[in-house]
Amino acid sequence: MDSHTILTPKNNKANILLMGLRRGGKSSICKVVFHNMQPLDTLYLESTSKPTTEKFHSLIDLSVMELPGQLNYFEPSYDSAKIFSQVGALVYVIDSQDEYLNALTNLSMIIEYAYKINPLIHIEVLIHKIDGLSEDYRLDTQRDIMQRTGDELLDLGLEGVQVSFYLTSIFDHSIYEAFSRIIQKLVPELPSLENMLDNLVQYSRLEKVFLFDVNSKIYVATDSSPVDIQTYEVCAEFIDITIDLDSLYENGDQARPAIKDEVKCISTLQNGVTLYLRQMIRGLALVALVRVDNEGDVYGGDKIEDEENGNYYQSCRDKNLQQSLAIIDHNVNVFKQGLEKVWEHSRIRS
Amino acid sequence: MSNASRKKLLLMGRSGSGKSSMRSIIFSNYSAFDTRRLGATIDVEHSHLRFLGNMSLNLWDCGGQDVFMDNYFTQQNSHIFKMCEVLIYVFDVESKEVLKDIEIFQKTLANLAKFSKNCKIFILLHKMDLVQLDKREELFTIMMKTLINQSLKYGFQIKGFPTSIWDESLYKAWSSIVCSLIPNMEHFEKNLLKFNDIIEAEEIILFEKTTFLVISHFSSAQEHNLLTGAGASDLDPKRFEKISNIIKTYKQSVSKLRTHFQSLVLHGSFSSIFIDVLTDNMYIMIVLPNKSLESAVRDKDEELLILDNIKRARKWFEKIEGGK
Repeated sequence: MDSHTILTPKNNKANILLMGLRRGGKSSICKVVFHNMQPLDTLYLESTSKPTTEKFHSLIDLSVMELPGQLNYFEPSYDSAKIFSQVGALVYVIDSQDEYLNALTNLSMIIEYAYKINPLIHIEVLIHKIDGLSEDYRLDTQRDIMQRTGDELLDLGLEGVQVSFYLTSIFDHSIYEAFSRIIQKLVPELPSLENMLDNLVQYSRLEKVFLFDVNSKIYVATDSSPVDIQTYEVCAEFIDITIDLDSLYENGDQARPAIKDEVKCISTLQNGVTLYLRQMIRGLALVALVRVDNEGDVYGGDKIEDEENGNYYQSCRDKNLQQSLAIIDHNVNVFKQGLEKVWEHSRIRS
Repeated sequence: MSNASRKKLLLMGRSGSGKSSMRSIIFSNYSAFDTRRLGATIDVEHSHLRFLGNMSLNLWDCGGQDVFMDNYFTQQNSHIFKMCEVLIYVFDVESKEVLKDIEIFQKTLANLAKFSKNCKIFILLHKMDLVQLDKREELFTIMMKTLINQSLKYGFQIKGFPTSIWDESLYKAWSSIVCSLIPNMEHFEKNLLKFNDIIEAEEIILFEKTTFLVISHFSSAQEHNLLTGAGASDLDPKRFEKISNIIKTYKQSVSKLRTHFQSLVLHGSFSSIFIDVLTDNMYIMIVLPNKSLESAVRDKDEELLILDNIKRARKWFEKIEGGK
């Protein structure tokens, strides 16, 4: 079980605190990830003046609190001790296109303070706006920032603190990837979820499976095979396409009952890959990548004579696909029941 | 056949009005963002596009700077305006020299009247996204009124569309332009109607494969409304363009896996949607209503039935495409 739930038993929300210097891009991140705002539109966001809290209900009830950058947290009037004791993760945003030495000093001060109050806090650093840097320069910047942060923490006598670093930009999927990793640390049921997904992959011949939050495109869990960013992007966009297509034929006709929670979408591609989407509980969707080979030996090699040779492989693949989809359907149903149980259990416990 | 199916399309308009951007989005799978990289077109850029198999479009993208324009009207006029089937003329709504725009348009019409009398003319009022929402309609009517008056003098009927690369209006305009070029349109429609008698769908749409422009569609709600005299159906009137847009985005995202889109089956909360290859050049999309709540078992059978029906229909549509 994750530690921070013990620490704050009354507050079972996973709280994320978003901090950083002014104009680092904190509000833009919030708007893009949780409100589906277009990245270019964030140019027109005003400077945030008050701490804002937003709540999201997904597998876990998530709340993201954003602090304005120009604030001095160490004023006595400000109850920062209370805030830090209630959060599960502290996300610090550094603008990589700007001079970041100030930000690093600020960061180490905040880490020192937060760590004193809440030693179980996850500290995550987003090296943000990397879209403006060239490829070689990105890694240099990351190394430099990691080095300096390490030195600063060493000087403060905090060498045991774990700090994770992510290179992010709102113009590609890296910000979603980073947030997925951060949120996964806050889901107490993650190990069991991953186990369930691994089982699903193993018994259904899937290549990759994600459990997505439909609104934010953040994945709360995936199987243990490594995440390929391209696969992730295709799967995330597949959700968009499914939702968009589905909503087109939504009409005001009340006589026809809407079947909620049962959206299912299957799309085959030319190289034998199939994308599979099933809606799960609480705004989650399972998206899987299935690769079906066109071997005919499933049917004991009895070739269908009247098919032409070119069509033969196609029809074999079709049959294999139908068969494996039936298996996948069944297994996903079992997985869904399991997910419901896990969810119920976690509600009782908290 | 081969000669008759070569169509010459002129794409004209003053410089910076967005001609090449359109072409790249519709025919070369650019996203609206990518078009920022396009530079000025020098003279005329030819592109040959195969459309629906036996139809080949010769798109002449004419650079719009005044130097080139003058050249088109004087030295090259017989070369440019001869045997032209379609003129697509693009106006920039943000243009400051509207009178000059219209003057050049007049010159174009005069040349066309001289060299190809039966040319179809389409006007695109482009970059509409830069105009406030409530002013768009007014602006469009005023502009079209002037242009229709101008073109009547030369004996041309024109058709206009408000467009923008940032929404689906571009697909609507190009769909109707391209549809006007398809010769055996009524066959497609007749067969679509027959096909619907068999599968009783809510809606069937035919798309061209590479561009995903709508070729033909049939919708039962529309039919029903015609019979009962009711108003427009409560479905989204812009849905065709939106589908084109959605599927094109999807095709692009799938290309990250280095492959192509083949088919899609969606059991949604309101209806079931099937998209599949129909012929070498066409995709079909079938929408079926969800009839009952406990339909999981029936769904499975129905799905197989529909897919089989599509397979059978392939033969017929391939025949039409063959031009018989």
